Amino acid sequence: MSVEVQIGVWVAVLGSLCAVACAVPGTLLVLRRQSMMGDAISHTVLPGLAIAFLITHSRDPLPMFIGAVLIGLLTALAVQWVQRLGRMDSGTSMGVVFTTLFALGIVLMSGDLLRSVDLDAKCVLYGNVDAAASSIILKQVAVPRELWTLGGVLAMNALLVGVFYKEFKVSAFDPALADSLGISSRAMHYLLMTMTAITTVAAFEVVGSIIVIAMLIVPAATAYLLTDRFGWMFVWSVVFGVLAVIGGTVAAVTVPTWFGYTATVSAGAMAVAGGLLFVGVWFASPRHGLASKYVHRAAMSLRVLREDVLGLLYRLEEMRVVDHAEGTPRFLRRVLDAGPIASRLALRALERRGLICATAGVYALTDAGRDRARRLVRTHRLWESYLAHHMHIPVDHVHGSAEVLEHVTTDEMQDRLADETAQPMYDPHGKRVPPAGRE
Amino acid sequence: MSLMTNHTPQRLHADACELPQRQVPRHPADAPLSIHDMTVAYHRKPVLWDVDLDIPQGKLVGIVGPNGAGKSTLLKAALDLVPKVSGRVLVYGKPYKKQRRMVAYVPQRESVDWDFPVDALDVVTMGTYGRIGWCVPVFRKHRRAALEALERVGMADYAHRQISQLSGGQQQRVFLARALVQDAQLYLMDEPFAGVDAATERAIVTLLHDLRAAGRTVLVVHHDLQTVREYFDQLILLNMRVVAHGPTDEVFTDANLHATYGGRLTLLSEAAEALAQQERP
Repeated sequence: MSVEVQIGVWVAVLGSLCAVACAVPGTLLVLRRQSMMGDAISHTVLPGLAIAFLITHSRDPLPMFIGAVLIGLLTALAVQWVQRLGRMDSGTSMGVVFTTLFALGIVLMSGDLLRSVDLDAKCVLYGNVDAAASSIILKQVAVPRELWTLGGVLAMNALLVGVFYKEFKVSAFDPALADSLGISSRAMHYLLMTMTAITTVAAFEVVGSIIVIAMLIVPAATAYLLTDRFGWMFVWSVVFGVLAVIGGTVAAVTVPTWFGYTATVSAGAMAVAGGLLFVGVWFASPRHGLASKYVHRAAMSLRVLREDVLGLLYRLEEMRVVDHAEGTPRFLRRVLDAGPIASRLALRALERRGLICATAGVYALTDAGRDRARRLVRTHRLWESYLAHHMHIPVDHVHGSAEVLEHVTTDEMQDRLADETAQPMYDPHGKRVPPAGRE
Repeated sequence: MSLMTNHTPQRLHADACELPQRQVPRHPADAPLSIHDMTVAYHRKPVLWDVDLDIPQGKLVGIVGPNGAGKSTLLKAALDLVPKVSGRVLVYGKPYKKQRRMVAYVPQRESVDWDFPVDALDVVTMGTYGRIGWCVPVFRKHRRAALEALERVGMADYAHRQISQLSGGQQQRVFLARALVQDAQLYLMDEPFAGVDAATERAIVTLLHDLRAAGRTVLVVHHDLQTVREYFDQLILLNMRVVAHGPTDEVFTDANLHATYGGRLTLLSEAAEALAQQERP
């Protein structure tokens, strides 16, 4: 393996550890609608490190780590206080708290105070996954510290969620129930905040304190689009997190070269890849995806069109005007105001189901089709009666609403409609309400 | 807070002068729920004043009152979900914290996020979490108990539906099943009849009767005055204070309803407003 590839593998390994460690608190944040809390806490890593240094005057990783975590927790507490005492929404409260702390961090970092330490603000923001990976290979570091830290945090997160699985579940879904069961939702909130603070501090060294927000939230948000199960949310978050990391690592070294540039920052590319995954899933997800929504909508409108064709043919029969002029596809299309493809699909489907048949290009109802159509027209006219007599809607308004309602009315609803309207013979327009059975 | 506790009870009731004076409650030691002199405030603005209530064993008790009367707050404060300014709540003679297992709470349907990725069975299983205890996983027997509860409310076929795919009435029945699986002695339900279909309404009424037959006590926040007489043995008329409490036939009178729903703000609520304003410079 070439050195570049080896470095790339290490970048992906470190990034994946970050992504998996972040997926756990991230999923819970998304489900509790507190995604921005991850944002707030990760921004305060910077002042946390600065303050920890000011107090301890050492660059030891441990005091720095503890300082940053404590400031992260303080952020979570301060957000709650501002929200409660200032009677603000959580967004405003976070906006006040974390920007102030973040700015304090910038002030401390750029002043003379910390000139002596080489705490690089840029590195805090963007991380140094590439540098860390290179040093592993080039400087022959046996086991990098980042690996241990991230591995430890990942194990801790997995353990906490494993142990408090049902407590997290119930306090995220229904805090009042959790409290009434003796499961303190406040305790669970602060446990999650602690996990988030520890995870962001551990991950910032590798991916930076800004990209870590993407790792917390984006994979979990993608998972939310894909699954309706609490447990699977975690699994999919991990999967999308790792996919984003691998995609980002590869893209960072390949994509820029296509345009004649040198490789870019891997951490940034990972976040972009995560965002693209989100868009892809949003489009293609079977349940909440845009594509399936459009397909479903198209299928719905085709069904409505088929039912409208049946209803129209029935009404034509009623008026006894079925002749060559009326049953043609062109006439049906014009009356129903349908497109040529849609109407052809609808007619063909009806014919295939034996509900209509064509003789010399003129469509007419079969017996089975007439039964279906009678039911539809009956529903329509019952709705008109119901709307006019029970809801006191003016008679000239009810047709449009009945037209919508007739397509969603079940047999049971139709029975109840008939009962409530006292089985009327005629609808408000004076048209006959067909009987439920065959005549 | 001294302002709130220094008034005499006579002053309070002078406001509803047509009513007979309420007796000073005796607080029987074994009542399922006994509330003594409870005052609750949101942001210093009192919403419930000096509530004294003793809910008798084995009865269906309705709570009615206008919007903002503090009906939901009464339940929440009894369960320590919102802080009390003063007062004491006893469940079967002991503080609520020691009696959690005796009580099941059905919150308003709108109080949770129905897009949450869980199915109906998951939600009902949450009712067993209190019994299971911290850090112990859910076992098959708990899920079986949850499924039985879903069956009792006629929802077994929907056990594996994601909860946003249920109708409003079905969601309400899931909540009720969750309370059933808690197997409590005292049930506190917040507007279970709000916005449900006829089938669900019948299912809830049957359920309430079953609970009463099993000797359980049920307290229901209700909004529909038409059905009060039919559904409840006892009635609490509430508007920031208990206007009347007793057997439905005795309490559900025009005079009491007028005192509860009377359009104008009472002096009491004006004073509450003044208390809230007093905090501001």
